[in-house]
Amino acid sequence: MTLAFHRPSSIADAAKLLAGAEDGKFLAGGMTLLPTMRQRLADPSDLVDLSSLPGLAMIERTGDGLVIGALTRHADVAGSEVVKAAVPALAALAGRIGDPQVRYRGTIGGSIANNDPAADYPAALLALDATVVTDRREIAADDFFLGTFETALETDEIVTAVRFPIPLAASYEKLRSPASRYALVGVFVARFADGVRVAVTGAGPCVFRSADIEEALASAFEPSALDRISIDASELNSDLHADADYRAHMIMVLTKRAVAAAIAGH
Amino acid sequence: MKVSFTLNAKPVTVDVDPATRLADLLREDMDLTGTHIGCDTSQCGACLVLLDGESVKSCTLLVASLEGRGVTTVEGLADPDGGLHPMQTAFRENHGLQCGFCTPGMLISAVDFANRNPDPTETELRHWLEGNICRCTGYQNIVKSIMAGTAAMHQRA
Ligand SMILES: Cc1cc2nc3c(=O)[nH]c(=O)nc-3n(C[C@H](O)[C@H](O)[C@H](O)COP(=O)(O)OP(=O)(O)OC[C@H]3O[C@@H](n4cnc5c(N)ncnc54)[C@H](O)[C@@H]3O)c2cc1C
Ligand code: FES
Ligand code: FES
Repeated sequence: MTLAFHRPSSIADAAKLLAGAEDGKFLAGGMTLLPTMRQRLADPSDLVDLSSLPGLAMIERTGDGLVIGALTRHADVAGSEVVKAAVPALAALAGRIGDPQVRYRGTIGGSIANNDPAADYPAALLALDATVVTDRREIAADDFFLGTFETALETDEIVTAVRFPIPLAASYEKLRSPASRYALVGVFVARFADGVRVAVTGAGPCVFRSADIEEALASAFEPSALDRISIDASELNSDLHADADYRAHMIMVLTKRAVAAAIAGH
Repeated sequence: MKVSFTLNAKPVTVDVDPATRLADLLREDMDLTGTHIGCDTSQCGACLVLLDGESVKSCTLLVASLEGRGVTTVEGLADPDGGLHPMQTAFRENHGLQCGFCTPGMLISAVDFANRNPDPTETELRHWLEGNICRCTGYQNIVKSIMAGTAAMHQRA
């Protein structure tokens, strides 16, 4: 089957093209989709290229938050003075995704729509209580990441932006796979006036929050508050990189480091 | 489909199957075999080209998405009369390659890095090279070459 390639002129046009395709896929940076096609794990009939749609690559500080357009590349988030000032942990996270060439192409929208269980951005969205804005609705991060490579998005639904509230302090700590640079375990800690949110990526089948850790940190935002908490390894991943017990241990190690870094103002 | 873009400073229009990747177009149809394909799945950096000045992996870049863009391959680094680019000269003088398979990607990555970082530290460079895999050298002479090439590009040699 030959692939059909579409360059839509508007978001509405893109959604319509995808809805009309037999097995269509949106294309953003292609840093996940094209290798997957190369490995013959995906064989779409149509690609609908979002990359030249106007207005989707942008970063904006609003009254109480930060808005990042879906087509904004990792390199642009990492280098943005606006992001560095508002949520430095988010810029730092983007700057540690993959390698420089991946960061020139990969986008925040593509990363969260893909929802790789070891991807970095999902942890940021969940911990920062972000809102995913699509062409038809707004979805809270808590309701967006549903399972391994599974999100709340409809097949023809387009992420247009992500809205982040600004935390009092935040930090992301990641144990990288030395080969792929994905997170073997990644922990995003965000402190707000009304509580603390902690999201863990890389360790389980999908990014998740830990209520035990969040409660302990809400009562005392310091690494020692976590001394008596341990993570149940039974739901975590075991693979050739690391077993579940090691991942459970590293969640606590990285959470403590993230809290210390958030306090130090990194 | 027809796609028009700039390739090594010359305008080109190609008629390709929409699934064609830039690396294949360069190697199979344009006679530009300096761009190598190693992993074929965006891990190794052998296939890097400059896209509007930024180093990107041509093994996972569709020609279809190049309309109006500018591509420079390793062949485009040297002067039209064959004089080597300062970064190429630095690789030659510092023994920055062994088998040479990774070298075109290293050069493209290095030129992008040097353009962005006129006065880098070695640590910055080593982090930058995360997307370039070399099976031979152990990277020492590559790092030496790129530090020298960067200085030469900014005329501090
Ligand atoms: C060598 C390498 C290392 C990497 N390392 C890391 C890492 O350390 N951490 C990490 O988090 N990621 C890593 N990645 C993945 C990278 O961040 C990808 O860029 C990202 O996962 C996908 O973004 P993309 O823009 O390239 O999306 P694409 O590959 O274009 O698309 C991915 C999926 O999302 C869909 N999609 C894209 N945009 C939208 C949208 N706006 N609305 C709806 N659906 C959409 C597509 O249809 C497709 O199914 C790595 C990738 C590579 C190749
Ligand atoms: S061949 Fe493109 S990154 Fe390896
Ligand atoms: S010189 Fe042989 S792969 Fe780098």
